[in-house]
Amino acid sequence: MLLKKQISDSLNRCKSYRKRILEISQQVFALHLGGSYSCLEILDYIYEFHIPLRKKNKNDNIFIMSKGHSCIAQYVILENRGVIKKKELDHYCKAGGKLGCHPDYGNPGIEASTGSLGHGLALAVGICKANKIKKNNSKVFVILSDGELQEGSTWEALMMAANLELDNLICFLDHNGSQSYGVTRDEHPKFYPISNKIKSFNWETVTVDGHKIGEIDKKFYQRKTKKPFFLICNTIKGKGISYMENKPEWHYKSPTPEQYTQGLLDIENGI
Amino acid sequence: MRDKFAEVIYKFGKKNKQIAVLVADISPAGSINNFKNEFPDRFINTGVSEQSMIGIAAGLALKGMRPFCYTIATFSLYRPFEMVRVDLCYQNLPVTIIGMGSGLVYSTLGSTHHTIEDLAVATAIPNMTVLCPCDPMEMKLATEWCATKSKGPVYMRIGKRGEKDFTSNSKDKFKIGKLRKIVNGSKIAIITYGTLISMSFEIKDKLKKKGYNTAIYSCHTIKPLDENGIAKVLKKYEKVIVMEEHVPNGGLKDKILAISFKNNIKSKVYYFTLKDKFIHFYGNHKQLLNKHGLSSNKIINSIFPKK
Repeated sequence: MLLKKQISDSLNRCKSYRKRILEISQQVFALHLGGSYSCLEILDYIYEFHIPLRKKNKNDNIFIMSKGHSCIAQYVILENRGVIKKKELDHYCKAGGKLGCHPDYGNPGIEASTGSLGHGLALAVGICKANKIKKNNSKVFVILSDGELQEGSTWEALMMAANLELDNLICFLDHNGSQSYGVTRDEHPKFYPISNKIKSFNWETVTVDGHKIGEIDKKFYQRKTKKPFFLICNTIKGKGISYMENKPEWHYKSPTPEQYTQGLLDIENGI
Repeated sequence: MRDKFAEVIYKFGKKNKQIAVLVADISPAGSINNFKNEFPDRFINTGVSEQSMIGIAAGLALKGMRPFCYTIATFSLYRPFEMVRVDLCYQNLPVTIIGMGSGLVYSTLGSTHHTIEDLAVATAIPNMTVLCPCDPMEMKLATEWCATKSKGPVYMRIGKRGEKDFTSNSKDKFKIGKLRKIVNGSKIAIITYGTLISMSFEIKDKLKKKGYNTAIYSCHTIKPLDENGIAKVLKKYEKVIVMEEHVPNGGLKDKILAISFKNNIKSKVYYFTLKDKFIHFYGNHKQLLNKHGLSSNKIINSIFPKK
């Protein structure tokens, strides 16, 4: 179980990540703010408690951002950890910079190129299988978007992960309930329930509040089986910014200078 | 060719623990069972799910393995195209895709199972190497290269089974990226690839009776293409015949004509491809090729019209 201090430290880190992302939003338009804010706590949890600060050996756990469009959230964490330099992030999406709007394999801390949805899970299945073949105990952590579950390829990978008995695969679903076109429940009512579908593909499945790392951690260690593990994390798109929360248009939109100021206040005061 | 693949991959799988084989509910016969039985960990049947076959192979390669993905050519490249492009080529991973039964080999199964535009598709992707061995012997050498030397993704287009060897007395050695002379000749040369090599030998034999010695070249590497080698052949022979089991767009013919133009070469290039058409015609492989206009007699008659 996490200590109170660990939880409050995480909340503080996430505050500073939200501010840094907002700051970047004033320099470039190419941002997916809503979906980045929804997965920040999950991401912070994975990095802080499961990914070593410096890659030491081939047995280290790794992380794959399958919802590549939210990689700005990954970048600010990698910056805080010293994996990405401030100067590099300052050049995000700018000519001469190496960090783009989607993760690029070969960049520091980036284990796979994603951005086209429905690719990350199969890549993770392959990596987990390679770890099994090489008798290496490391785990692979993945964050999927809920929209990504509409890709058939995601279900192929879900099926194969179970077939290959990959207990070293842990998948977090950033279930923020909205996507580019609108609110998922309105656009695709038969998409729900999610949990039963994943369970029926032979994954151990739990549901958790994706903004509470204490709860995430508890569920993580209450795992009961050796099946691949799926955590449906209920989250809020645009979490932390009053005018963004649960507004699908903030999937891909940049705040005005006034909205930026308001956003900083929201983050500081905790809405 | 598929039996040769199974034999070679088993041999390399024994030596190298990084070799893995992924199949999507289609398996090469013969020795592949040896591979599966001896290295069950490194043999994955994804079932009828080609997208995951490519994605999983990419994941294996990210951890240093050298996977081979094997299924019918159409399903190896078209169905999982974006996984091939992003997971393999964008990340530049050493994964080999074996497209089995390419061209019109699955003659009676119809156009869903014909692979007639794969070179246009595969050669268009950055980082991709494209190989088309012409017989089981070339298939063996190409597979060896993929198992030991390739640095990035490879699409290898192969036939199915029962192909004869044509390259045992070849003039040139097999070298990836080099046009390979199989038979000497003068004045006339044929450049082809893949299983159509058998038709080029028919043409050579028939032209011999007319008094011509026809050279035959196997263009087993379509990408990177041996532009210098091709330019030399275009300069050396009066007539160059390009034959391919591929639609007219984006295949070898286009690339050779571009080389001829670029080098201002005057020799006559005769080219024969499949039609830009899905045909609704069933029969054996040869009959389908004939329906598309590819037969030794048709080719000879168009080069030497009867007066």
